Amino acid sequence: MKIKIPLLITFITGLIIIVSEFIPAQPFPKISTDLETWVMVIAGFAMLLGLLSLFKVNILKIKFKVPNWQYSIITLASCAIMIALGLLWGTDKQVGILGHGEGIQNVLGVKPFDYLFNNIYQHLAATMFALLAFFIASAAYRAFIGRTAESRLLLIAAIIVMLGRTSLGSWLTGFLPDGSFFHLPNLAGFIMKYPNTAGQRAIMIGSGLGVIGSSLRILLGIERMWLGGK
Amino acid sequence: MSKIREPLDRRIIFLLVFIGVALPIMIKVGLPIETTENVEMVYDLVESTPAGSPVLISFDYDPSTKPEIHPQAIAVIKHALKKKQKIICMALWPMGVKMCEQIFNTLEEEGIKPVYGTDWVNMGYKSGGAISLKAIGADFRKVFTQDTNGTLVDDIPALHGVRSLQDFKYVMSFSAGVPGIKEWVQVGHDMYNVPVSGGVTAVSAPSILPYVNEQQQLTGLLGGMKGAAEYEFMIGVPGTATQGMDAQSFAHLIIIILIIIGNINYFYNKKILALEEAQK
Repeated sequence: MKIKIPLLITFITGLIIIVSEFIPAQPFPKISTDLETWVMVIAGFAMLLGLLSLFKVNILKIKFKVPNWQYSIITLASCAIMIALGLLWGTDKQVGILGHGEGIQNVLGVKPFDYLFNNIYQHLAATMFALLAFFIASAAYRAFIGRTAESRLLLIAAIIVMLGRTSLGSWLTGFLPDGSFFHLPNLAGFIMKYPNTAGQRAIMIGSGLGVIGSSLRILLGIERMWLGGK
Repeated sequence: MSKIREPLDRRIIFLLVFIGVALPIMIKVGLPIETTENVEMVYDLVESTPAGSPVLISFDYDPSTKPEIHPQAIAVIKHALKKKQKIICMALWPMGVKMCEQIFNTLEEEGIKPVYGTDWVNMGYKSGGAISLKAIGADFRKVFTQDTNGTLVDDIPALHGVRSLQDFKYVMSFSAGVPGIKEWVQVGHDMYNVPVSGGVTAVSAPSILPYVNEQQQLTGLLGGMKGAAEYEFMIGVPGTATQGMDAQSFAHLIIIILIIIGNINYFYNKKILALEEAQK
């Protein structure tokens, strides 16, 4: 029963959603809409679940003093501070439990939550993403080698796109007549529009078929991993 | 002693990239900016939308991709405000709400002061991805009952006449991943036939480009900082993307030079190894 009932619920729910796509007559659209509303509510609770999980995992790390447990303190403290500041004084124009905190705003210029967001979180997040440029440069130097005919083709295409997608490409071949195929931005545009799109579409169609297959396996109860089984 | 060339020290590569990015930011080079078809399509969509039309802008990114996507959103919003369109903001990413707030705060600092509630409104974050988009498509007011300030939708002038997704003249998604522009295409365009456009990071543009097709699933696309710079150029308001294009151009050039050096080293070493083998 522990397995059969969830499987039955999954099958019936999935069937209703599929049928509602083909039969727009009631009650299918209403049931489908209600189920979708449930998903939004559940997704909201998933965030709460994630937060609880974050606290549980990090508290255990601190408790058992696993390697680098000190970072868990920073994680939990940061999380708690941001939640507390957001709840107490709100963010931007939104009011918090203690109002807008005019006194603190006079000192910081903005609300405490916004102050930390603008001056710490935002820069840390952007830095993490920006670091990619350095790693990509290093990886490209080491790995982008024209060993075979295919890799040489890839190398040439990559260089054309890298140049064509910047202002440098426009400048380098700016002497060519307007609309020339060999003008680097046009050449890069051609690569992006035809060979790239063809390849991307093949991947998308392949993965789409894979998703349909996996969904059918779940609906028909063939795939049961999501129930916690093996 | 072997004549094999050792690879460049990683620190030298990092230093070169740093110089390549930093110098053009400090010393303006002013490389030309050329517009492309995809950006022109986005521009035409905004340009051809009548004044007073409600338009939906979805902030589906967070601060990590801000340097690339934020300038795109700023440029499009400036254009939409100039055309006197009513901007309805929402977010499929929790941090997207802050991105929207920051843009309008920046505009205010620049002297562009749209009236909140009349010219624009921030509806906030909605969880659930594609599912919430389907619900928005069917009944906008059922999903968003109030804005981020707690004002009820019925009391927001910008939302007068807006019942479902089809009441928006276009949807613009600034997206850094999932949920984002792909979901907007699948629901906004494919289910509700609303023109969908937007901007993505340069790295994800190739996977989104197939949606810019004859069916116009996407009406153009802004790809990375280049897309933003082109849009800034088209509206005649240079911003951070225009400034950043020189740095990006030089960073790309350095990477290309490094790739060429790497290849020269590889073929040189291959030749040396072959000679050494032959001598043995």
